[in-house]
Amino acid sequence: MAQALDEIKIGGLGSSRKRVEDDRFLRGKGNYTDDFKLTGMLHMEILRSPVAHARIKSVDTTKAWQIPGVHMVLTGEMAAQHNLAWMPTLSYDTQAVLATDKVRFQGQEIACVVADDPYIAKDGCEAIEVEYEPLPAIVNPEQALASDAPLIRDDKVGQNDNVCYRWEVGDREGTERAFAQADKISTLRLHYPRSHPSPIECCGSIADYNPATTKLTVYMTTQAPHIIRSAVALVAELPEHMIRIISPDIGGGFGNKVPVYPGYVASILCSILLGRPVKWIEDKTGNLTSTGFARDMYIEGQLALRNDGKILATRFHADTDNGAFFSDAQPSKFKIGLFHSAFGCYDIPYGYQTAQGTYTNKAPGGVAYRCSFRITEAMFFQERMIRAAAFDLGMDQAEFRRMNLVKDDDFPHRTPFGFLLDSGQYEKCLDVALDAIGYQDFLREKEEARSRGRRLGIGISTMSEPLGAGNSREYDIIGIKMFDAAELRVHPSGKAILKIGAKTQGQGHETTFAQIVTHELGIPAPDIVVEHGDTDNTPYGMGTYASRSTPTAGAATAMVSRKIRAKARKLAAHLLEVSEEDVEWELGRFYVRGAHDRGVTIQDCAMAAYSNMPDGLEPGLENNAYYDPPNLTWPFAAYIVTVEVDPETGVWDVLRMVAVDDCGVRINPMIVEGQIMGGMTEAYAMANMQFITFDADGNCVGSNYMDYLLPTAWETPGFELHEVTTASPHHPIGAKGVGECAAVGGPAAFVNAVMDAIDDTGVRNIDMPLLPDRVWEAITYKRDVSGAPPVKTD
Amino acid sequence: MEERRVNVTVNGEPKVADVEPRMLLAHFLREVLGLTGTHIGCDTTNCGACTVNFDGKPIKSCTMFAVQADGHEVETVEGISRASELHAVQEGFKEEHGLQCGFCTSGMMMTAKALLEENPNPTEEDVRWALSGNLCRCTGYQNIVKSVLWAAEKMRSEAAVRR
Repeated sequence: MAQALDEIKIGGLGSSRKRVEDDRFLRGKGNYTDDFKLTGMLHMEILRSPVAHARIKSVDTTKAWQIPGVHMVLTGEMAAQHNLAWMPTLSYDTQAVLATDKVRFQGQEIACVVADDPYIAKDGCEAIEVEYEPLPAIVNPEQALASDAPLIRDDKVGQNDNVCYRWEVGDREGTERAFAQADKISTLRLHYPRSHPSPIECCGSIADYNPATTKLTVYMTTQAPHIIRSAVALVAELPEHMIRIISPDIGGGFGNKVPVYPGYVASILCSILLGRPVKWIEDKTGNLTSTGFARDMYIEGQLALRNDGKILATRFHADTDNGAFFSDAQPSKFKIGLFHSAFGCYDIPYGYQTAQGTYTNKAPGGVAYRCSFRITEAMFFQERMIRAAAFDLGMDQAEFRRMNLVKDDDFPHRTPFGFLLDSGQYEKCLDVALDAIGYQDFLREKEEARSRGRRLGIGISTMSEPLGAGNSREYDIIGIKMFDAAELRVHPSGKAILKIGAKTQGQGHETTFAQIVTHELGIPAPDIVVEHGDTDNTPYGMGTYASRSTPTAGAATAMVSRKIRAKARKLAAHLLEVSEEDVEWELGRFYVRGAHDRGVTIQDCAMAAYSNMPDGLEPGLENNAYYDPPNLTWPFAAYIVTVEVDPETGVWDVLRMVAVDDCGVRINPMIVEGQIMGGMTEAYAMANMQFITFDADGNCVGSNYMDYLLPTAWETPGFELHEVTTASPHHPIGAKGVGECAAVGGPAAFVNAVMDAIDDTGVRNIDMPLLPDRVWEAITYKRDVSGAPPVKTD
Repeated sequence: MEERRVNVTVNGEPKVADVEPRMLLAHFLREVLGLTGTHIGCDTTNCGACTVNFDGKPIKSCTMFAVQADGHEVETVEGISRASELHAVQEGFKEEHGLQCGFCTSGMMMTAKALLEENPNPTEEDVRWALSGNLCRCTGYQNIVKSVLWAAEKMRSEAAVRR
């Protein structure tokens, strides 16, 4: 009797199989970009601007050239001769590769030195003499928009102010009408501070141009190797087939490693000019001061409310501080990414949103730090606003949410901003979270503690975010649509290789993507190797960010597996000597209808594909699939945090933290939980300590790990995780994105908890991070506390 | 720059090299000896990715010169497993999903190994405190702490068997 395969045992869907990546990392045998050593390789270092805004009067490289071991000193002027002093950005602006006219932020790239080793290259950088003519620095949008503000982008023809975009969406008139009918209007203004994804590994590249073959190979820390290859082809005007991008092991990305940075471009140019491999490995200060920041958004908005708690409409405005160049790494056709996904999980009939971006003398490169393009700001504002509105109405914050959340039978639900939410059990998630935290008991405990002078608080955040860009209608990068791809080859012995266009930075694709194939074909997961990150050896894909790998490349993996199964069915029919219609499938095996014992395994079919194919059938068992998702995926999450605030010091401690995530079908629950815990920690970090600010002269405060605080094992609280499962209606295996949910939805839970603990003070907002001095100031002076960078006053 | 001779025992093997006095120990291990399992994450002794054990104590090799290691013993991640057999700490990290991108992992494990050699029966709090000089951006630490406690238990039971 043929035994059915146990899918969990062979590492299929739902199996928490241990990661295959681990073995090399545990032995110190990973291959990160800095670990590669090529024959004849030279080392590049970057000279950065010490000032935020200044005209460059001269760059004298004479002394640097004289240092033994220095091979090249590349300036902006030299780069300009190759048409590479500037490069296009992903947001259709331009960005300086090496400054020629002005420096526009502290840390901006001015020149590069290539030498025998990094120490000599650093000596070379120190020997370069730059003369600056200082200009006033602008550190926030308000300053940038002042009529007497200096023009930051005087390089751009027709640019007469510091505005880099304006945008609006929604139904303005309908929203105004709804506000006119409101019983109550609730208002909130806040700043989501500038932050940096800050993976432990900094950015870097090894450009290896071979003058004999004219092939350029670049090893680099990129989350999106294919799109980088296309970008290099277009920017550097090199033939695309002669470019190979290899993204080896990546030491964390979180969005930081999506954009094209000047260091990559300079290393490529230097390698082409020298005909030798050139390695550039950024230091931490370079990473924190010049590569993609995140957030830095001022949001003000309102909810129109009925006295019974129904939300009638929302309107809000965002001012984004984009830094010196508009290089937001976001592929939507919307100027401010998916910011208008705010309030999506609530049933609100009308909405209107405006946004304006400004140039400032701060680093460019707004990236989607563990989120899809500005949804972190959207969900943070949403959940802070929801709490403020519940408070204004005198309603319980959980009940206010329950009343307004989209109901299970209302899907698909179209938001006033045009998104189509397709599935979820929002109320159930909220209930699981409330039960887990013991909501009613805590409220009693809070009152009791308050009477004894202790300040406890509870914060809730519920949200559904659009993950998995994209669909090709609304998402593209330099015109290339946001699909993804997978190639699957089953070898004669039934072992397989899967090649995907996505690229892991710790998410465990080598483990989980094999599990999808296992689910579809019954080939045990250990028999499948997953290849990714090398453009010469993987199908075109848009990379890994925006929690998109499972929604797109994961879907492509399921689809290509099904194509393989369809061909294997023909082979099975041939082997079983029956017609294809009489062949039935169960995991890993075809059998003759009505005769379960008469069957062949997928491995038998694989061997037949190379050794015993029927007449007219092409040999081999391999295929590919390009997948263009019909919609984003819509996971839902409910996060609840309880805190105790010490009113004497402003220090707050997390008492408990509960996360309920509905991310659809979980491929590998262990890995999903790892992602949620990581995201929750970033949420805690944002709420508690992690931000980059600037002084009035534009000096970056947070340019190294002594100033840019990240939580350690000591202060990071423990987590309690729960799950609800609502399958995605369009994803082939029902999965939704998840990697970023907790980082997106988490911060508001922490801040709401602290606000709840001081709900008798009249304070509406303290900007993140909720540093002890800010909380103390709010409690002591009963006033809101802003986190905007200070402006110079004379 | 004039080079100096360094005699250092790395993972039990004597190594001799002439290096510039300014060369950091982390670069010496990575570039001169090719032991790239030790990573460099920051330049300010904060992240701990470069942690190695120096005469049995965890130190951050980006903040020590190679010449300072002259006459001392250094143990790196490459030295903690023997052939195919993983050290209990390495096993613990795999069992409890204590790593994601893997970049901080070497340093975390070196710190953990030193902790367990000094304190075979640590509490969760002991582990969290010991690891507080090592940053991880992926995991949220909870599974790292579990990994170390898993390793502690395994090492204790192995020690009990030996007795």
